[in-house]
Amino acid sequence: MSKVRVLVGTRKGAFILNSDASRKRWKVEGPHFAGWEIYHVKGSPADPDRLYASQSSGWFGQVLQRSDDGGKTWDAAGNQFLYEGTPGPHKWYDGSPHPYEFKRVWHVEPSLNDPDMLYAGAEDAALFESRDGGKTWAELPGLRTHPTASEWAPGAGGLCLHTVLLDPRGSGRIVIAISAAGVFRSDDSGKSWRPANRGLRSNTIPDEDAEVGHCVHHVAMHPSRPDVLFMQKHWDVMRSDNGGESWREISGNLPTDFGFVIDVNANDPETVYVVPITSDSHHFVPDGKLRVYRSRTGGDDWEPLTNGLPQKDCYVNVLRDAMAVDSLDPCGVYFGTSGGQVYASPDGGDTWAPIVRDLPGVLSVEVQTLS
Amino acid sequence: MIQVVLPTNLQILAGVGRVLQLDVSGQVTQRSVLDALEASHPALLGTVRDQVSKKRRPMVRFFACEEDLSDESPDAPLPDEVATGKEPFLIIGAIAGG
Repeated sequence: MSKVRVLVGTRKGAFILNSDASRKRWKVEGPHFAGWEIYHVKGSPADPDRLYASQSSGWFGQVLQRSDDGGKTWDAAGNQFLYEGTPGPHKWYDGSPHPYEFKRVWHVEPSLNDPDMLYAGAEDAALFESRDGGKTWAELPGLRTHPTASEWAPGAGGLCLHTVLLDPRGSGRIVIAISAAGVFRSDDSGKSWRPANRGLRSNTIPDEDAEVGHCVHHVAMHPSRPDVLFMQKHWDVMRSDNGGESWREISGNLPTDFGFVIDVNANDPETVYVVPITSDSHHFVPDGKLRVYRSRTGGDDWEPLTNGLPQKDCYVNVLRDAMAVDSLDPCGVYFGTSGGQVYASPDGGDTWAPIVRDLPGVLSVEVQTLS
Repeated sequence: MIQVVLPTNLQILAGVGRVLQLDVSGQVTQRSVLDALEASHPALLGTVRDQVSKKRRPMVRFFACEEDLSDESPDAPLPDEVATGKEPFLIIGAIAGG
């Protein structure tokens, strides 16, 4: 019988939540790495027992953890993330040049077919690659040395590379997103890159439809249709049908189109989920109600999902990497909040229940479907 | 043997207790103590000092014998009490926040 394993990164450690396919009875394990910020935990699609975790601290820096037994035991892997050459500056918040400084890994993305190969998205924005299970890391410098890079500026969370999408067709296509530079695409396994932001408009930059400078919060893709991308931008929910060549807005009837997470139902590539957040100054849900919005039409037409979610006095946020879907039928949907709740829906969003209510603030949620 | 006291987060990371006993060859300095610490517990690489420049991380402090030695030269001899194992070399996460 299938099982699911939910991997949760929080501000004070990692937690692993296990259930059978009913997704109603949960066992909570953790904290792993207690006291450390865990920005992201993710398993290898090629070997589900191989997990990687990004562990960091303002005091003690970056550690990359690896497990070979599904999270029962962990070992520190390599944590030397060096920019290639002498990095040039990026823009600071006030527009002045600011030197690149490595701060942390926001996102780890294991290869689809090799458990020893993975990517790490870093702040300040760069993409690193490991081919030996995280022991050693090399930057893919074509991204950070792109001619537009000196114009990239940090979002409120820093100049972070937070999204890495690998094309399952094996084409060498990688789509990444940086806050606040935008989306970039490589078609040669990360050697060269080009901006993929046509159609985005952002009133936080002088030229609203500039080639770069957009505060993209997250991008999602369904593996059966890698050319279709869904984006939650700082403001605006967007869609591309051509691998990021161009985007169109699909915010439709959402109560607000600000937010962080976006994900796609595993069984229906036209079913999309977002969690609208009031605004960029109010990083909490509107009207004290925690509502996931679902579109069954690939955008524009959205319905609120509230069954089992708090509908009064709720003022949490859901951060960009804190939503995931399993691959069971019906599809399970999971998200974690800044208040430490992790919610699960075993029926595609129709009903919700908390797996756990009182963790530290949740930074990331991933899920593995295990046979 | 040199005694080194680790902060809680680094104890968890290295899977050790509060006090480590380290065998340090040659002159006992910040550098030789940290070299021995990282050699015996590689999980700590990069957490106390930068792996390339070997500079102390900004929010890590070094105390010994009721003195703050953080800004001393990494090659300066540590106090005799540390070198003889009577007093520990303390690695501290700087106080920040409430």
